[in-house]
Amino acid sequence: MLLLTCPCCGVTAEETEFSPGGEAHLKRFGPGSSDDDYETYMFQRKNPRGVHFERWRHAYGCGKWFLAARDTMTLEVFGTYPAQTTEPPPEIIAKIKQKRPEWEGFK
Amino acid sequence: MSDLAQSALPGAEFEGFVTIREAGLQGMVTLRADLAAKPVIKAIKDATGCAIPKQRRVTLGEAASVAWMSPDEVMIFCAHDKAASIASALATALKGSFATVAVVSDARAVFSVQGAAWRDALAKICPVDFSTLSEGDIRRTRAAQVAAAIWVSGKEEATLVCFQSVAGYMFDLLSTVSAKGSEPDLYRLPTETS
Amino acid sequence: MSHRLATGGRLIDRAQEQKFTFNGKTMRGFKGDTLAASLLANGQVLLGRSFKYHRPRGVVASGAEEPNALVGLGRGDSYEPNQRTTTTELFDGLVAESQNHWPNLNFDLLALNNLVPQFLTAGFYYKTFIQPRAFWKHVYEPIIRRSAGLGKAPATTAKDPDRYEQIYAFCDVLVIGGGIAGLQAALSAAQAGAKVMLWEQTAYWGGRAPVDMVEIDGEPADVWIRRTVETLENMPNVQTRLRCMGAGVHDHGYVLGYERVADHIPTSDAPRHRLWRMRAGQIVTATGAIERPLSFAGNDVPGVMLASAMRDYVVNFAVAPGKEVVVVTNNDDAYRTAITLRKAGVGVAAVVDARQDPQGALPMHARELGIRILTGKGIRKVKGGKRVTGVEICRIDSKGTAYTDKLDCDAVAMSGGWSPVVHLWSHCGGKLIWDEDGSFFRPDPDRPPLGANGSGFVQTCGSAAGQMGAVLADAHASAIKAAEALGTTVAAAAAPATDTMPDAAPMEPVWMMPRNAEYDLRMKMWLDFQNDVKVADVQLAAREGYQSVEHTKRYTTLGMATDQGKLSNINGLAILSDALGQPIPATGTTTFRPPYTPISLAAIAGEARGTVFQPLRRTPLHDWHTENGADWEPVGQWRRPYTYRQAGESRHDAVNREVKNTRQNIGLLDASTLGKILVSGPDAGRFLDMLYTNMMSTLKPGKCRYGLMCNENGFLMDDGVVARIDEQSFLVHTTSGGADHIHAWMEDWLQCEWWDWKVHTVNLTEQFAQIAVVGPKARTLLERLGGMDVSREALPFMEWRDGKLGAFDVRVFRISFSGELSFEIAVPASQGRAFWDKLMEEGKDLGIMPYGTEALHILRAEKGFIMIGDETDGTVIPQDLGLNWAISKKKEDFLGKRGMEREAMIDPMRWKLVGLETLDGSVLPHGALAVRAGKNTNGQAITEGRVTSTYYSATLGRGIAMGLVERGPERMGEEISFAGEGDKRITARIIDPVLYDKEGEKQNV
Repeated sequence: MLLLTCPCCGVTAEETEFSPGGEAHLKRFGPGSSDDDYETYMFQRKNPRGVHFERWRHAYGCGKWFLAARDTMTLEVFGTYPAQTTEPPPEIIAKIKQKRPEWEGFK
Repeated sequence: MSDLAQSALPGAEFEGFVTIREAGLQGMVTLRADLAAKPVIKAIKDATGCAIPKQRRVTLGEAASVAWMSPDEVMIFCAHDKAASIASALATALKGSFATVAVVSDARAVFSVQGAAWRDALAKICPVDFSTLSEGDIRRTRAAQVAAAIWVSGKEEATLVCFQSVAGYMFDLLSTVSAKGSEPDLYRLPTETS
Repeated sequence: MSHRLATGGRLIDRAQEQKFTFNGKTMRGFKGDTLAASLLANGQVLLGRSFKYHRPRGVVASGAEEPNALVGLGRGDSYEPNQRTTTTELFDGLVAESQNHWPNLNFDLLALNNLVPQFLTAGFYYKTFIQPRAFWKHVYEPIIRRSAGLGKAPATTAKDPDRYEQIYAFCDVLVIGGGIAGLQAALSAAQAGAKVMLWEQTAYWGGRAPVDMVEIDGEPADVWIRRTVETLENMPNVQTRLRCMGAGVHDHGYVLGYERVADHIPTSDAPRHRLWRMRAGQIVTATGAIERPLSFAGNDVPGVMLASAMRDYVVNFAVAPGKEVVVVTNNDDAYRTAITLRKAGVGVAAVVDARQDPQGALPMHARELGIRILTGKGIRKVKGGKRVTGVEICRIDSKGTAYTDKLDCDAVAMSGGWSPVVHLWSHCGGKLIWDEDGSFFRPDPDRPPLGANGSGFVQTCGSAAGQMGAVLADAHASAIKAAEALGTTVAAAAAPATDTMPDAAPMEPVWMMPRNAEYDLRMKMWLDFQNDVKVADVQLAAREGYQSVEHTKRYTTLGMATDQGKLSNINGLAILSDALGQPIPATGTTTFRPPYTPISLAAIAGEARGTVFQPLRRTPLHDWHTENGADWEPVGQWRRPYTYRQAGESRHDAVNREVKNTRQNIGLLDASTLGKILVSGPDAGRFLDMLYTNMMSTLKPGKCRYGLMCNENGFLMDDGVVARIDEQSFLVHTTSGGADHIHAWMEDWLQCEWWDWKVHTVNLTEQFAQIAVVGPKARTLLERLGGMDVSREALPFMEWRDGKLGAFDVRVFRISFSGELSFEIAVPASQGRAFWDKLMEEGKDLGIMPYGTEALHILRAEKGFIMIGDETDGTVIPQDLGLNWAISKKKEDFLGKRGMEREAMIDPMRWKLVGLETLDGSVLPHGALAVRAGKNTNGQAITEGRVTSTYYSATLGRGIAMGLVERGPERMGEEISFAGEGDKRITARIIDPVLYDKEGEKQNV
């Protein structure tokens, strides 16, 4: 069971206090978008073996959503950061690169 | 009006290795706003006499206390019959700015957990390291299967706030975990460690 | 015959005698005994029967690894099967009974299985019982069920009277294992400044050291143990727990601990078991090692025991396993047993050593004591049935066709070497390496389990790490490593004491005794005692092509019993590797899974039983409902009255009465469970326009509007009435089930997508009791209360007002889910009960009655109103329900709009909402499918619709229904056929779903 630190209230808590929200940094495609874009938005998920960015909500705490960078194999947590961003912050990217030099980067 | 109003579990009390008591009607006002904004700081001060609490802290005033709930939310604890006037004072003071005020007194139930071993009782249902909490701290978490906020409201006391609909569940839960004979002796009392 | 020695026993208190019964026979033991020790002390060697063959079985071990000596403990509600006697502390009044035999322990008819073992070899259930087909169900299965298995489950009516609990705890360093390595690790970590928790699974500290003749700083280990425990208990940063087993190590330092708080004091107030949900920064496993049996014919006969267990019984409990013992070994350690037995006055017939020339300090000592030593030999077979009567000896390298010696004895001590307990290290991904010298797998310190920060979070020390000699220095080093990994500034940790043991000569692996044993012998060499798996079974599996150890495990059931192969694992791997002609590390191990030993289900359930099994949500009117005949219905975690039954009334009649009364007089509904979410801020209108399919931003303050919410697929997920409070705020009503979910949904969009929009949400669901006052006389009632003008002019349909009704603070909504004149009134929850009481009292002469959820459903179905969860199932779009009018064409975007544009959503063949009336007036079955004549290409019936809501309408005096039907609205008046029970078909006509007051005049008065 994971331990995550909520960047919004500073609490480090066990997984049962959070609710998961799937892959982070999805781009919404609404009316007028192509079938491909809509399909990607709704159904295509990376599901990688390794570095992954996820959405979590501190459901039993401050109620805020945040994002986590995590290794799905080792469960190492590279960091958590506020949800109000379209891509991972540079310090998180740098930390992952340092720990996983082979990582292809965020795309 | 007060004679018409009743709390979730009036008079409920359990004597275990700590004492569980339903705290009766408690006024609560939620404020969502930019907690760093000057008008918000002033409005809170004027309405409650309290400063904006730091992260996960509670500030105490004479007639009210203010608890940090999230980066853009505080909860004001006051007498039940004062909630409406405090809410309206805040709403008036913050008119025109992006802030939301709501009386939520009746949406909640409040329990006091009294006794030196309150941490030992709550440790059985909350995934929280209570040694990290000291007086004036508030921690929102989970008590078994429901949400709860735990405020260290005294030297040997915690105040637990949960939703009103689960007051009965919470009372039964707190009574179960504080039953005499089930002391886990996990948290050493301050007198022993100091 | 096993018996109690006149003196000794470091763990027992002879002054405290304790009575217990075994199979009804009263026996006596001492405080400090395990049940196994006291049974042996009473001469009870035969303790149970084996799983498949019903062979007589006795105690093999002295701890958690015991496979055989399982009993049923307690009686009635407290009965528990499969309890290990070796880990059960004796208490006065204990009741135990043996298991898996019929009719009794001494005479077991099912032991006939033993005579035909060829039918029960590896994979027997896949092979033997295939033909004839019908025999499985009627012959084989009943017989196997009767003869296999261990203890019986408690009666289904039994209700465990004990208490159980869980506890969340946190520490820097968790040390698991309270032997001398664990004690030292805890001490060093604590001295280094860490917050330490130390667990020991047994009831005493120090582990094996005192039994194994360890000296620390020149004194017997006991002295150091006492001193160290005292030191630890006085340190403010240390907590220690006896009887607490590390059950499992999980991700991010999460460890489950199983504390048997009161198993040994059943009359105390304490909870019986406590499950620790521990989070540790670092874990040090000091879990010791387990001795391995040797595989020789008859190694399962009662009286054959692990050599280490035998000296445990002598030293700890003053119990001798027999009068004359043969010790058989491939290593020096077993000589400790021979020496211990001899010193305690127990006969040692011989030590049979597989090695040619043992010259270690211990064998030398044994020789000095005059103990006979046979070298280069092994046991050919054990003689005896229910108890050892002797052994036949043969050369170790022979086939065992003939014996060289015959020794009379009544007990055999065997030692095949030691295996570190690596379970906890392995649970979370720690890797193992094969140790050639010790012939065991041990933790590979370079590949530990990895924690949240990507570094190892488990250290291991002592014999658990494969250190089979001195351990204190190693334990100290592990603790310091753990403290350093946590960033603790290590300053004060004192150097550890020095533990010394006699030098041991190398062991020599013996996986089968004799090494070239013939088939008849291999058929009687047990690997897994509990599951009855023998050397020949594993060899057979290999011959049949099993190569993977995981497959072999499942095929043979090796290691799958309640002891999870603690004794059999390595021996089985070795036999398999040998049969496959490959080294043991190439075969590898099976996966170690938690828990280490079985833990009680009740501990896993913890406090969650009875009234706190799960949260029950109560509205402010809950008690009134209870007092007034509520027939409850669960709605999520809420309970809502389905109906209120009056004396002598059936459910059905009660519902019909409530429906009629609401249409004719006045009904009260507790609608408090409805979701109420305040949405406020400059962008609130814009936000709600995105959330709802229709336009909300144009709503005027004081007015209400019904709206639909869809997910991004376009599927309808919630509906309800929105009231605009003022320029900046709206009160959103959701369904009862949707309140929390929709609030979370709103916050998701606000925080993660439109974070620059200025909108707050506050979930006010429980702030208000909400009461629907419904029916033609509703206004009369409210007028009696006074305080607010509720006339049609002052409060028209689909508007709301704040104010007072009588003494109550209210918000009144003119909305209707029944088609009647209806006021939904919100009062602060604390006033809810008083307000309801007042309404009931004032409305008495108006015929006021409460109504429940079933009447609510019927009233809305008569009006053709949809219900989320009935007409919707997560695949239904608003257009399917004829709700196109509630979908804005003006809005460029709203959640779900893109999804609705997909091809499948605009398919004219979609099933759409219609009303249904049966030709005979009967009530359609719920969920019934409409079936068309003919078959599809798969030969199946063709469905063209289904019933979504169906009731008896007391208003109309017949069955009414709604359903989704292919092109339904285009087929008005058509008759279609629904499948009933069996072959029954029910014909129904497609009609308009609105059956009552089509013009809506009644709700608008």
